[in-house]
Amino acid sequence: MSGEHSELPVAARVRRLEERMIAAGLATDEEFDDILERVFTSASPVNGARIVAHAWTDPGYRDRLLADGNAAAAELGFGAGTQGYLLKAVENTPAVHNMIVCTLCSCYPTALLGPSPSWYKSFAYRSRAVREPRAVLAEFGLELPDSTEIRVWDANSETRYLVVPLRAEGTDRMDESELASSVTRNGLIGTAIR
Amino acid sequence: MTRFGAGARVRARVADPDGHTRLPRYACGHTGRVVEVRGAWQLPDEAVHGVFRSEPVYAVRFDAAELWGSGSHSVILDLWESYLEEAP
Repeated sequence: MSGEHSELPVAARVRRLEERMIAAGLATDEEFDDILERVFTSASPVNGARIVAHAWTDPGYRDRLLADGNAAAAELGFGAGTQGYLLKAVENTPAVHNMIVCTLCSCYPTALLGPSPSWYKSFAYRSRAVREPRAVLAEFGLELPDSTEIRVWDANSETRYLVVPLRAEGTDRMDESELASSVTRNGLIGTAIR
Repeated sequence: MTRFGAGARVRARVADPDGHTRLPRYACGHTGRVVEVRGAWQLPDEAVHGVFRSEPVYAVRFDAAELWGSGSHSVILDLWESYLEEAP
């Protein structure tokens, strides 16, 4: 654990819990360190962006992604990080904009989006996203036409979402890695256009 | 066999349990439509007490106007069968 967080009361609580688990023989310090290192070195929005760019360039993959997110993530090598929950990809269209929230806690597919931003865990985002998504999106700088239908997906531990943003116009000549670099974490949450 | 199918109109029960639940207060008493059956998963309300019983879980779509009295968006939420009743 990094020094700057060690003073927080929650750090002491986490450490007590770890010590109880170690004392009970359920885990070791080395295992905790391994898990954390794996999460923080491999979980990244770059992974979600790769999935999106591949869906943009391969219609067959796009169909498989929308039908079965877990299988499609595994196809690109992200199977291990997306185990233990149902992964649903929701696709933006010119008529429909999707955004994700977890009103009860802060669930989302960490392996594909990276550690969640603090605003995603805030009471303000979690309560307002379901109540006034258009106003929330405007605060992120995303002004959608009134004609665009907004769908808010309230995630939980079992079902987690990935937004497939709209591909930008005029990108026909871009290759997949260029396309992937146009996709941001907020685009994968639905709080940015891509 | 699931009690509700895709397209069914359902109402989230009004509940305020002492313990854990995955039925958010904002959905209580409101009517939505089943989008799809997610599968059969352990009911979290019981699992936290060490009782592991699976039941169907439904993705239910609610119109903002139904939830809040205004708004044109919709909210899609997973709800366990125990949380739902047939819409009146």
